[in-house]
Amino acid sequence: MTFPQDNRPKTDGVVALVGNPNTGKSTIFNALTGLKQHTGNWPGKTVSIARGTFRVGAQKYLLVDLPGTYSLRAGSPEEKITRDFLLSGRPHVTVVVADAGRLERNLYLVLQVLEITGKVVVCLNMLDDARRRGICVDVRALEEELGVPVVAAAARQGLGLQELKGKIDALARGEISVCPRRVKYDPDIEEQLAFMSGTRWLALEALLGQQKPGEGSWVERFKYCPV
Amino acid sequence: MSRLPPGQKAEVRRLLGEGPLKFRLLDLGFVPGTTVEAVRRSPLGDPVAFCVRGALVALRSKDADLVLVEVLPGDQRRGACP
Repeated sequence: MTFPQDNRPKTDGVVALVGNPNTGKSTIFNALTGLKQHTGNWPGKTVSIARGTFRVGAQKYLLVDLPGTYSLRAGSPEEKITRDFLLSGRPHVTVVVADAGRLERNLYLVLQVLEITGKVVVCLNMLDDARRRGICVDVRALEEELGVPVVAAAARQGLGLQELKGKIDALARGEISVCPRRVKYDPDIEEQLAFMSGTRWLALEALLGQQKPGEGSWVERFKYCPV
Repeated sequence: MSRLPPGQKAEVRRLLGEGPLKFRLLDLGFVPGTTVEAVRRSPLGDPVAFCVRGALVALRSKDADLVLVEVLPGDQRRGACP
């Protein structure tokens, strides 16, 4: 599946916004775009996806608010849209919003996204909420573990949004280098992966044999995906 | 896991079944070694809500039956599920 270029506003880059449900994704979307959102239907899908633009200096970015998901395994239409957009929509930067108070659950999606693209900024949101529940997160340590920028935020209070914009811009312009954390699987799986081309995530899906008859091979379907 | 009474904590040992449903359960956080807690039972006894890794997840009994758990002793306090 490919996404048409023509109905996109002219921008310097596409930024995808993903995350578990109820992590404050839409709050971040509205804060960054200033509510200047217009919903657009991607072809073949009836679920509408909010899009809006924001500026960092002279750069203008298109922000795409994808449906909230726990996983990219595509068990639900929401997961399928999010997964297909990351694989075929070729966002320049992907922001994964994570609930600081439920980090263990949220990191699962972070690691899945990192198997598709390394151009990721993790936005550790609802930090105020977490703190109230006695949860403290060592942001720098997390950044080191994940190998991608992590921004602490409390979007409802407007905190951390400037830093988030700055990190998105720096990553899009190649000013930040990333070293995304990859989950190490069992040796026999790693051995197979070494022989496969394309993104690590697609290779893993292919190994899982989730290919449906008649849909064509994974690699064929997502041949435009970033490697 | 469907037989856990509300407030009872247990540890996930094994998942039965194959295919999409098994992946779904894993995606939702029912991974061996994870602590789960039965939180609420709906009036008719099915579905049951479980707290798993900080989120409340409701499962039909027949799906919860695919998750084999070992009851954890003591500590009947309510978990950290908001």
